[in-house]
Amino acid sequence: MAEGEHEVRWDGLCSRDSSTRETALENIRQSVFRKAEYLRSMKETLHRPSDGLSNAVSLDGLNKLLAHLLMLSKRCPFKDVREKSGCILKSVEELGIRIPRPLGHGPSRFIPEKEILQVGSEDAQMHALFADSFAALGRLDNITLVMVFHPQYLESFLKTQHYLLQMDGPLPLHYRHYIGIMAAARHQCSYLVNLHVNDFLHVGGDPKWLNGLENAPQKLQNLGELNKVLAHRPWLITKEHIEGLLKAEEHSWSLAELVHAVVLLTHYHSLASFTFGCGISPEIHCDGGHTFRPPSVSNYCLCDITNGNHSVDEVQINSAGNISVSDSFFEVEALMEKMRQLQACRDEEEASQEEMASRFEMEKRESMFVFSSDDDEVTPTRDVSRHFEDTSYGYKDFSRHGMHVPTFRVQDYCWEDHGYSLVNRLYPDVGQLIDEKFHIAYNLTYNTMAMHKDVDTSMLRRAIWNYIHCMFGIRYDDYDYGEINQLLDRSFKVYIKTVVCTPEKVTKRMYDSFWRQFKHSEKVHVNLLLIEARMQAELLYALRAITRYMT
Amino acid sequence: MEKMSRVTTALSGSALTGRTMHCHLDAPANAISVCRDAAQVVVAGRSIFKIYAIEEEQFVEKLNLRVGRKPSLNLSCADVVWHQMDENLLATAATNGVVVTWNLGRPSRNKQDQLFTEHKRTVNKVCFHPTEAHVLLSGSQDGFMKCFDLRRKDSVSTFSGQSESVRDVQFSIRDYFTFASTFENGNVQLWDIRRPDRCERMFTAHNGPVFCCDWHPEDRGWLATGGRDKMVKVWDMTTHRAKEMHCVQTIASVARVKWRPECRHHLATCSMMVDHNIYVWDVRRPFVPAAMFEEHRDVTTGIAWRHPHDPSFLLSGSKDSTLCQHLFRDASQPVERANPEGLCYGLFGDLAFAAKESLVATESGRKPYGGDRRHPIFFKRKLDPAEPFSGLASSALSVFETELGGGSMSWFVDTAERYALAGRPLAELCDHNAKVARELGRNQVAQTWTMLRIIYCSPGLVPSTNLNHSMGKGSSCGLPLMNSFNLKDMGPGLGSETRLDRSKGDTRSDTVLLDSSATLITNEDNEETEGSDVPADYLLGDVEGEEDELYPLDPEHVHPEEPEYVLPQEAFPLRHEIVDTPSGPEHLQDKADSPHVSGSEADTASLVPVDSSFSLLSVSHALYDNRLPPDFFSVLVRDMLRFYAEQGDVQMAVSVLIVLGERVRKDIDEQTQEHWYTSYIDLLQRFCLWNVSNEVVKLSTSRSISCLNQASTTLHVNCSHCKRPMSSRGWVCDRCHRCASMCAVCHHVVKGLFVWCQGCSHGGHLQHIMKWLEGSSQCPAGCGHLCEYS
Repeated sequence: MAEGEHEVRWDGLCSRDSSTRETALENIRQSVFRKAEYLRSMKETLHRPSDGLSNAVSLDGLNKLLAHLLMLSKRCPFKDVREKSGCILKSVEELGIRIPRPLGHGPSRFIPEKEILQVGSEDAQMHALFADSFAALGRLDNITLVMVFHPQYLESFLKTQHYLLQMDGPLPLHYRHYIGIMAAARHQCSYLVNLHVNDFLHVGGDPKWLNGLENAPQKLQNLGELNKVLAHRPWLITKEHIEGLLKAEEHSWSLAELVHAVVLLTHYHSLASFTFGCGISPEIHCDGGHTFRPPSVSNYCLCDITNGNHSVDEVQINSAGNISVSDSFFEVEALMEKMRQLQACRDEEEASQEEMASRFEMEKRESMFVFSSDDDEVTPTRDVSRHFEDTSYGYKDFSRHGMHVPTFRVQDYCWEDHGYSLVNRLYPDVGQLIDEKFHIAYNLTYNTMAMHKDVDTSMLRRAIWNYIHCMFGIRYDDYDYGEINQLLDRSFKVYIKTVVCTPEKVTKRMYDSFWRQFKHSEKVHVNLLLIEARMQAELLYALRAITRYMT
Repeated sequence: MEKMSRVTTALSGSALTGRTMHCHLDAPANAISVCRDAAQVVVAGRSIFKIYAIEEEQFVEKLNLRVGRKPSLNLSCADVVWHQMDENLLATAATNGVVVTWNLGRPSRNKQDQLFTEHKRTVNKVCFHPTEAHVLLSGSQDGFMKCFDLRRKDSVSTFSGQSESVRDVQFSIRDYFTFASTFENGNVQLWDIRRPDRCERMFTAHNGPVFCCDWHPEDRGWLATGGRDKMVKVWDMTTHRAKEMHCVQTIASVARVKWRPECRHHLATCSMMVDHNIYVWDVRRPFVPAAMFEEHRDVTTGIAWRHPHDPSFLLSGSKDSTLCQHLFRDASQPVERANPEGLCYGLFGDLAFAAKESLVATESGRKPYGGDRRHPIFFKRKLDPAEPFSGLASSALSVFETELGGGSMSWFVDTAERYALAGRPLAELCDHNAKVARELGRNQVAQTWTMLRIIYCSPGLVPSTNLNHSMGKGSSCGLPLMNSFNLKDMGPGLGSETRLDRSKGDTRSDTVLLDSSATLITNEDNEETEGSDVPADYLLGDVEGEEDELYPLDPEHVHPEEPEYVLPQEAFPLRHEIVDTPSGPEHLQDKADSPHVSGSEADTASLVPVDSSFSLLSVSHALYDNRLPPDFFSVLVRDMLRFYAEQGDVQMAVSVLIVLGERVRKDIDEQTQEHWYTSYIDLLQRFCLWNVSNEVVKLSTSRSISCLNQASTTLHVNCSHCKRPMSSRGWVCDRCHRCASMCAVCHHVVKGLFVWCQGCSHGGHLQHIMKWLEGSSQCPAGCGHLCEYS
């Protein structure tokens, strides 16, 4: 009874007004203490077994609160909130109640915590971004903390995501989050699923839906097929898929809703890639992000186990890294030399048309085989797998199975001319936002490469972008695919391929073994390119199908 | 080749003839271009490159320029252009960045002449100089434009746009050295061909890529541009700064634009996505296209006027793999389909309508408002003889004033504002609303409320309904008895209503009723002074209503009074039984007589049980308390709601729906409810009753209605210092890094209510601004703006 009446409200903390925050915090403090006292009195006075259950429930409630406080004390952009929630936690501990502590090592498992910006030490621009994000969502997620390596992109990303999830749009709010869950679940991305399950419930979604897609409305179930194809084999999308969704009588989608859904699906597919590609750790307040156990018991988190990343690995990599420092130093030099050469001899050496075409085909075919050697199937945890049926349907090696990815010519259907117009027509403003995001991601550069400054990286960025599109069968007539082979070495290709196609299989080893001399911020930059290129590729296929349906 | 030149000579000189026709190509076309003799057209695409002769009745394939078996990307054309001086010379832009020239005079099968591989990315556009034989210009995705002299192996000069990609390049027709280029970032640049180092002029023409541009064939310096932002703009480049002269808003991104020959203000456009039609616009009439060609089934990719001096033939190529010749006389004219009739209500009930002149002329009964006010809106400009369809859509405008007070809707506004929809027990809501209705003289509505109360709040029902309900009951133990007492006074009330009904018909207007309600109010005042000693029976309702109004404000005070009220209630039914019983049937008869009965079975039907119930009060309660389930009335209530809605009183329908909530909702289908809600909200918003409409939205249970509140909740604000929009945060300006919400009067940061002028962005505390503007009409910030506070 005590907890029902004093529901804790966190939204006051999102205010920009410090006094509002203070009163909100004070309220939280009081209710935390009320609960703690209640719990203690229960323990002391009542020992009847029948109370065990209610006791456990209220303990659970308190623990959730404490976990949230822990998150705030670490991740709130407002200093006063950080300090105050830390104080509350401390005084709760003094009451003799066990308080949680964060698991893992910062926002990313791949990037050492010290490399990542600490909340509180950000500059004005970043602080504004953090505050915006916090105000909109009531949290500062790990994705944001990693992306802030590139604040210019982050701003556009957050704006787009905010618009997709919270602003005007044809789909109701809980549908949006549910679609996000569906999309993330395709890649078994428990991080995003957890995050959006919370949001989904918060906007009034029906908890029953979370038991599996078959419990959701028929309309959403219909979307499952598109989700599946889009995530793994977008080139197979036909106008029949679209027609099936739009003409399903009372369960049919409108065109505007469908475009919204497609944008959401592609956004979350690629965000899942980012999550795995950068090894994003679980949020502190979510399951797996904190523990109530004392520190000595375990020092690696659950996800590391499933990915085969024991802390032992790290040691090995480090020792290996020490040996090959000079080796990897040459790696960078060699890459730069290749870029210079390509730049210089571009005009002289002119490959024949057939040669160019076969280079593309070769790259496309080869991209099928590029895979990490350890092909062990990771069975998804039950929690996530219930959100999608048909777990076996994944990105499969098509050439090996005699399947052929048809070539999609960008010159005939490109984002700038066609995709943008279609999206903006059916879902106004979003076309503009995504367009900006693509532009920023594609053009982002600091003119640095590892330890070198003033390098024109456009060639490298274009190679990465086109390589990803090449994997999806998208061809640029005006690009020489021979460049890809020159610029991207095998370990890098393995990483790209894994992040884009089967992100759930990314391991820390893969992340560490490519571009060893490059900075973490540059690796995050690569990830941004990957996710945007992937999103564009999926969007192109989906939008082309919609266009074909419309004509 | 010989054959071709023969064809050429045969046609040149004579006037063009032909018909609307099309031919099937083997593959989608990307671009087309016409030979200067107007007898041949070249079609280029990813896998097609052919020349067709345009004959009287059909297109005839003349030449296939794709030779050799192997497909080459050099032949995958993004653009093609035919030289306007030399009919043997063609140029294509390939998607792989190659520029190819073709010489039809070559004896071999392969007509390919020269290959320029200087561009690194796709070449989007090629353009020959209009008068110079050897000058070719290209614009590419890599951001460069190159000028080639065909007598040389490589480019003469390279122009860097300092931008990502060039979408179009066009030589000026009038100025020998000038060319225009358009860019993906929305810019248009003007270059002098002799000055490759920098552009002469640059301006931002569109938001997003500018896909195309075209110089006016006659007017020097007129440039039309079309962009992804769905606009076509006409610029005057002769002035110091490029001036936007016309702007046409189309429905899809503009892929090509071409001025129509011999028609100074006409241009043709086609779009890149979604829309397959070709439009010809008169730039002075930017809302309705002058002509429309609807032949294509997929996006039109290339358009060209067949002859530079003939305005009636248009050629087009499309992704649907057809080549079309359109004749202007066969075009469909959207103006014909446009509805030249319009009707609009003014703020004060004035009615204006526009109708075809011919219709209005024959109409005799109506007098247009004022002699001068009558003028056709489509005739504002002078008639252009070149305009092929003048007069098609001319309308006459008439304005009517309503007689004063005639259609007054003040009852609607009053009702909307005073009705209570939630927050109190059902019985109180009903009584309150009944009282409101009665005070406005709408007795039938008042009676309906009272009956609803009886139906849903009688004591026997309480146990069967939910908790909420019983709480409502618990707080007012005397209520069930008051019901009956309420009904008593209905007799006279009804009488007055039916009387009014007869005189007024269905209008329910207040003008006549006002006096009666006025008397009610005065009586009510008396009533208060006299306390429980009630003289006139029909006033009882008001007394009780008054009590209800007090009730939530001061419950402790009212409670002790309740017994006082209960006592007379016991007495009254007995006294007035005789009066009551006849009133029921009388009412029924009246209803039957009145002109609007058709849909009123609901009302009469719902009256029946009530009538029977209050003939003998104490018994009647027992009667349906015990035996009738709450659902018994739901059909009647539903019919009643339908009846009101059909009569146009959607206010009543929605109000009842909200007040009764769960009790009736399930009986009425979602769609109807939604329909009522939207109509009512629309009405409320027309009367600027924003608060009420918001409350209704909030209280509605229909998902599609309640989400109305969640849409468009953004408020855009400008910084009061630099007057720029504040994009990221609403409270501090990015540019001047100052807090924007400062009170202009007291210079403190405003927390809470902030009022500001939409004209100059200054504002402050509500109180301060109000006070300031009482004394001065100028902005308190001293910016000189004349602010208004209303």
